[in-house]
Amino acid sequence: MSEILDILKKNARTSLEDIAKMIRSTPEEVAARIEAYEKAGTIRGYRALVNEDHLPGERVTAVIEVKVQPEREGGFDRVARRISGFPEVVNMYLMSGKYDLLLFVDGDTLREVASFVSERLATLDGVLSTGTHFMLKTYKQDGVLMDGDKVDDRLQVSP
Amino acid sequence: MSNRSQVAAHVKALPFSGIRKFFDIVASRKDVISLGVGEPDFDTPWTVREAAVWSLERGATHYTSNRGDPDLRKAIAGYVARQFGATYDWEREILVTVGVSEAIDVALRTILNPGDEVIYHEPCFVSYRPSIILAGGVPVCVETRREDEFRLTRDMLEKAVTPKTRVLMLNFPCNPTGAVLGQKDVEDIADFCMKHDLLLLTDEIYAELTYESKHVSFISVPGMKERTIFLHGMSKAWAMTGFRIGYACAPAEVSENMMKLHQYAIMSAPTTGQKAAAEALERGDAAVAEMVAEYNRRRNYLIAAFADMGVPCHTPAGAFYAFPYIGDLGVSSEEFAMRFLEGHGVAVVPGDAFGQSGAGFLRCAYATSMDNIREAMARLSVFVDGLRSRKT
Repeated sequence: MSEILDILKKNARTSLEDIAKMIRSTPEEVAARIEAYEKAGTIRGYRALVNEDHLPGERVTAVIEVKVQPEREGGFDRVARRISGFPEVVNMYLMSGKYDLLLFVDGDTLREVASFVSERLATLDGVLSTGTHFMLKTYKQDGVLMDGDKVDDRLQVSP
Repeated sequence: MSNRSQVAAHVKALPFSGIRKFFDIVASRKDVISLGVGEPDFDTPWTVREAAVWSLERGATHYTSNRGDPDLRKAIAGYVARQFGATYDWEREILVTVGVSEAIDVALRTILNPGDEVIYHEPCFVSYRPSIILAGGVPVCVETRREDEFRLTRDMLEKAVTPKTRVLMLNFPCNPTGAVLGQKDVEDIADFCMKHDLLLLTDEIYAELTYESKHVSFISVPGMKERTIFLHGMSKAWAMTGFRIGYACAPAEVSENMMKLHQYAIMSAPTTGQKAAAEALERGDAAVAEMVAEYNRRRNYLIAAFADMGVPCHTPAGAFYAFPYIGDLGVSSEEFAMRFLEGHGVAVVPGDAFGQSGAGFLRCAYATSMDNIREAMARLSVFVDGLRSRKT
C-alpha cells in the first residue's frame, strides 16, 4: 500500500508538512497525491473514530443476519442495493454460511431499530428471514481498542 | 567494621555508566518528552504476549535445558538461516542467553586470556568496555567519525591491531550512532579478521532495523562463521526488552564453553521469555515489518527536522537513533542536554555517555510517538536558535 495511505489510515489528521517529512517528499507533492486518491475514489472520506460508549444517552446498534432469495439474474445484488440504501444500515456484507447478508444497524432506541427490522426490512420482497442481535459493548473498532489508555511505563532514559 | 573495602578493587575502579547519572536527573522530573529511551515504544506483538500467557497457563514454568528450549533453538536456527544466510546446528552451536548483554559477558569471558587485546569501536553501547575489562581483556578503542558516517574502516583497524589482538568486537547497526555497514565494509572487515586470525564478536541486535538497504551480516561472508560469535536477540525488532532473551551462535567448541559459564551463572534463560521468543520468530515477521515502517517515517522526520534547523546529522541508516552534531553551538553535549531538559522538558542523551568520541553529539532515540518527536523537534529548534543568538 502507498505510504501516504498507510499514514492517513493511522491518523487522517497528519499534516501535509509532517507526511512530507515522514516520506521525504514535499507538502505540494503529498497534497497532489492525496487529491488524486480522493478523485479516484480510493480515499472515500475522513472521520473521527468515536467511542460511542463514552457519549451520554442511549445509542443502539444491532447486528442483523438476513436470509434473502437470490434472483435468477443479479443474484443478491438487487435486494442488497435496496437494503443498503436505508440510512439506518451503516455496514453491510454478503456472507457465506447460514445467512446471506450481515447488517449493522444504528438507531436511537431499541424500539426504533425493532421497528426498522419488522416494518421495513422483513417486509421487503426477497427477504426470507431476519435474526437480530443487539450490541452490548464495543471492545475494538477498526483495529483500535476502545478501553484503557496506553501508559508508557518504560524507564525514561536507558542505554 | 574493619577498614578493609567490601568491594573488589577492580570493580570499584569501574566507572558507572554515563547514562546512569543522566537517568537519575531525568527521573526526578515530571512530564518530560524523552528521546533518551533505548528500547521500542511499541507493545510486544499480541501474538507473542498471548503465547507467553498460554505457556504460563499450561505450566511451562520450570528450567529449560541450559542451552535453551529445543523448540526455540530450532526456531533460531531457522530464522538465522533464512535471514542471514548461515546454517547453525541447533544442538551444538546455539546458546540462549538473558539478553545480548549476558551473551557479551559470557562470550568475552569464554574467549579471552588475561592481557588479550580486544578492538572495539566508540561511540558504542555502554557495556562493551567494562565487559572487556571484567573478562581480563585489554580494550583497544577505535573511534568512528561523522565524516565516515560512523562506519568502521579497514584503515582504522589496521592501525589498532597488534600481535596481542585476539578479538574484534562490533555493533552494526550501531547504538548510539545509527551507523550501518554495507556489503563492501563487511567484506573488508571480514578479510581483516581472517588476515590477522581474529575472533569476531558481532552484536547484531538491530539487524532488522535498517532503512536504506538490507542488513549485511558477517556470518554471510564465506569463512567467517568459523571465527565469529554472532549475537542477536528479541529485544529490539520484536519489542521484547522485558522478556530478556538473546542468543549466541558460535562454533561448537566456543558455544560449549560459553554454555559452561552460562550454566554456572544463570542455569537457563527465563522460560516464559523463551516460549514467547519462539512464537515471535515463527509468527512475528509482519509485526516487525510494521514497526520498521513506522520507525522509518520517524527517522525521515527527524532528518528533515535537523536539516531545517541547520543541525548537522549524518543519515542514520539503522537502529532507532539519530546522532546529531551540536559541537559548534558553544556548549558541551552534557550542558546541552541538561539545559534542554531543564528549559524545555525534553530528554536527549549526551553523546559522550557512549565514549569520549561522542562528545559534541546527542543521541536522540526515535522509539517514541510521532507526536512526541514533532513536539521535541519544535522545542529543539527554539533552543538551538536561542544558543545561536547568544553566541553571536
